[in-house]
Amino acid sequence: MNGEFKTQVLAKDIRSHVLRMTHKANASHVGTCLSTADLLAVLYSKILRINPSQPDWSGRDRFILSKGHGCAAVYAALAERGFFPKEWLETYGKDGSQLAQHITHIGIPGVDASTGSLGHGLSIGCGMAMAGKRDSRDYRVFVLISDGECDEGSIWEAILFAAHHKLNNLVVIMDYNKLQAFGTIKEILNLEPLADKWIAFNWAVREIDGHNEEHIEDALTSLPFDSEKPSCIIAHTIKGKGVSFMENQLAWHYKSPDEELLNQALYEVRVTE
Amino acid sequence: MRTEFIKELCEIAETDDRIWLLTSDLGYSVLEQFYNLFPKRYINVGVAEQNMTGIAAGLAMCGKVAFTYSIANFPTLRCVEQIRNDVCYHNVDVKIVAVGGGLVYGALGMTHHGTEDLAIMRALPNMTVIAPGDPVEVKLAMRAIVERKGPYYLRLGSSKEPIVHQNLTHFQIGKAIKVKDGSDVTLITTGGMLYNTYQAAEKLMQKGIQARVLSMHTLKPLDAEAVMDAAQQTGAILTIEEHSIIGGLGSAVAEILAESGNQNIIFKRLAIRDLFCQVVGSQEYLRGIYGLSVDGIIKAVQSLCGFH
Repeated sequence: MNGEFKTQVLAKDIRSHVLRMTHKANASHVGTCLSTADLLAVLYSKILRINPSQPDWSGRDRFILSKGHGCAAVYAALAERGFFPKEWLETYGKDGSQLAQHITHIGIPGVDASTGSLGHGLSIGCGMAMAGKRDSRDYRVFVLISDGECDEGSIWEAILFAAHHKLNNLVVIMDYNKLQAFGTIKEILNLEPLADKWIAFNWAVREIDGHNEEHIEDALTSLPFDSEKPSCIIAHTIKGKGVSFMENQLAWHYKSPDEELLNQALYEVRVTE
Repeated sequence: MRTEFIKELCEIAETDDRIWLLTSDLGYSVLEQFYNLFPKRYINVGVAEQNMTGIAAGLAMCGKVAFTYSIANFPTLRCVEQIRNDVCYHNVDVKIVAVGGGLVYGALGMTHHGTEDLAIMRALPNMTVIAPGDPVEVKLAMRAIVERKGPYYLRLGSSKEPIVHQNLTHFQIGKAIKVKDGSDVTLITTGGMLYNTYQAAEKLMQKGIQARVLSMHTLKPLDAEAVMDAAQQTGAILTIEEHSIIGGLGSAVAEILAESGNQNIIFKRLAIRDLFCQVVGSQEYLRGIYGLSVDGIIKAVQSLCGFH
């Protein structure tokens, strides 16, 4: 059901939507949405077993955006996949809109869980994965987390739990763009050696270039990496990816592009790749 | 109450395979009953209440009715944001059970005194808050909360509460139970304070004061009608709770009365003052310190009725 969606086109569409949405809403978090765009494009074009005409189908793969502030990119992917009209995106964050600037399921078909406070999504995902295991269902649960989010202790509670219960139907994708709200991960609270931590916690880990479609697809089609373990994909990404003046710039965690910068950014994301 | 809870949960789970039980590694010698019968629907998540609550929400999003179980403040305050965002916002079937509500674990120190839980749980949208008064109410409440969708907080005491209701068969969430009628004053109580309150009312009768006793097992939604009737018919209300004076039963009743337009009501709250216990001791000992013993309740009623 996903075949007709060209991943690269979807990635460009997500980026274009995100830029327009953050511009229009004068919203923050454009950088984080751009860093996940390629991951989401592969997921929503080729990987997730979902049905836009039946968003609550009980056999669907679940997708949880645990870094809820990156929601514009997910809303864009959902709209492109036909879960709701693309016009809704124009209301993002506006008065009376249901499209909150942290992901919400209320009124938005295709959103499996609402988040916004960091460190919540993986526990919810563990519950969904546990239900699937014990009910012998074959759906998978994908949780996209941020790097800064791993400062939260609750994430590590869930990491311990998932491995202990051998939740091989659970997949964490970590958007490792190496920037958090006040600076680099290294400066604020270092996560390295990161892969070793997940391995030590009994997860099967793969590190990929989170902007390389082939890498992403290869990882997401090799799941689970180990039949006895949950899978973690550490996706090395660039915050603001695709827009030269946003890439790796902390300020674009907060700023919204004005008309001129929007046009420049739109031009860049359309011509690149 | 604890005994009734697990017995009833096992009985319900026998015919309802949506029921799951999660614990954060507490409930030794209690939860084994469930585990032995339904190992596939039981998870000890380890000492991790935030994770437990998030997992429960995830299970409930997949059609389960997930009970989370721990003691005192652990299943509530420790993970209050998971309850707010993951459970209440999604409005899913997670039923939070705390054993040791109030001063049950009095000797264990302030960390184990569950004395602000009702206020905090009551403030959360979509949450129903229930503190049964005796083991009979626990049994009936369990049936009721499984039948109804959405988040519930069930605040229990210990395994020692005496039975107050001899013939109770009807229990409705949001409807107070009139345990004893009276015309001079109404004693509104919640949770395990029911027994002391009932005892006090019996003794007051010998002193010529006819006290009505309401078991307000549901803190939210509060039975406003029962409060208004009490105000009109008895003219004086004393609320009695093993909880902080801020935000619990007394506050909930005061909110109703303050907006009722009834200016003739005499009203007082008997509760734990806004402080941490400075000493430890048994539940009854600490209740005595805060005026929540039978004698304390009698004194409070007498002083209230002196103005009556």
